[in-house]
Amino acid sequence: MENIEARVKKIVAEQLGVNEAEVKIDSSFVDDLGADSLDTVELVMALEEEFECEIPDEEAEKITTVQQAVDYVTAHLNK
Amino acid sequence: MTYSRILGTGSYLPDTVMTNAMLAERIETSDEWIVSRTGIRARHIAAEDQKTSDLAYIAAQRALESAGLQASDIDLIILATTTPDMVFPSTASILQEKLGIPGVPAFDVQAVCAGFVYALATANGYIKSGMAKNVLVVGAEVMSRLLDWDDRRTCVLFGDGAGAVVVGPSEEPGILHAKLAADGRYRDILKTEAQIAGGEVDGTPFLYMDGPAVFKFAVKALSDIAEKTLAEAGVQQDSVDWLVPHQANVRIIEATAKHLQLSMDKVIVTLPEQGNTSAASIPLAFDHAVRNGQIQRGQTVLMEGIGGGFAWGALLLRY
Repeated sequence: MENIEARVKKIVAEQLGVNEAEVKIDSSFVDDLGADSLDTVELVMALEEEFECEIPDEEAEKITTVQQAVDYVTAHLNK
Repeated sequence: MTYSRILGTGSYLPDTVMTNAMLAERIETSDEWIVSRTGIRARHIAAEDQKTSDLAYIAAQRALESAGLQASDIDLIILATTTPDMVFPSTASILQEKLGIPGVPAFDVQAVCAGFVYALATANGYIKSGMAKNVLVVGAEVMSRLLDWDDRRTCVLFGDGAGAVVVGPSEEPGILHAKLAADGRYRDILKTEAQIAGGEVDGTPFLYMDGPAVFKFAVKALSDIAEKTLAEAGVQQDSVDWLVPHQANVRIIEATAKHLQLSMDKVIVTLPEQGNTSAASIPLAFDHAVRNGQIQRGQTVLMEGIGGGFAWGALLLRY
């Protein structure tokens, strides 16, 4: 399996229109990468598509950094 | 076999234009904030004495003129609105009186922003079954009257207007396929819940929306139903000349177009100058694109709309 962190970072960069090098593991989507509320929704949708999973709204609200996205996906894929 | 096809189109926007800058004088917002999140720059607002049927009447007259028909040629009126003139009678009945065609059946369709797709799909069924010949299909709204002008999350999004088409029988299709859907489990994320009871308004009479939840549901549902409509009609995505989406939010439109692998130059976008006019947005956009020469006879057009309910639908046609 390709590195989850790398895949998440690639999606974050694509969705938020930022350079992949700017996306750090501890980057906050809103505070560091300039995302607005719809960007975060689109980001969650892109993660769902990439990792073929459903992220419930109450879980999605807690995903605010790259690390949290990686953690969620890792936990989900290990199920 | 009889098919149905669009014979003519018309639309109407009220004179008063409210820009983002004008909104920013009343509430804490900015042109930049509204444009980046919605794509909307201005919206038209109906005059105090203009009701939905008044807007519908002008759009209907323009559609009849463009079809080369008289009101007396119409044998069914279907009007989509979520802002009717009154509780009853239907706005379609009021429009029928204004058009001077007593006796012609007339009814409203309530599917909010999906209303026009629902109404046009219904007209298609009436014509194909031989129950009607020339059908006037209207989407008309005064959404401005459901807005809490202190709620900056919602009051910047909507506008007033009307669009109409005349649909008639044809040996060639016309409307190729229509697909409708609804899911009442999602009714609470977009609603105006007030009702009239015991002589009073019971419940909040203002539009409520959970923006992010609506966004996510809309993109998924629209992409899904558009794909199914094309598949069931046996039409390839690259054969679609134009997408005429409900004009709610440019980012929903872009995300849906991306899912459908349609470039944005194939998408009709009137949202920046009109805002979300609910059931009126698709016929307004369609008429705009026909009149400026973008949509040509013989081209393949996919319409899609979604709104409170949730209710949504897509309709594929050869213009």
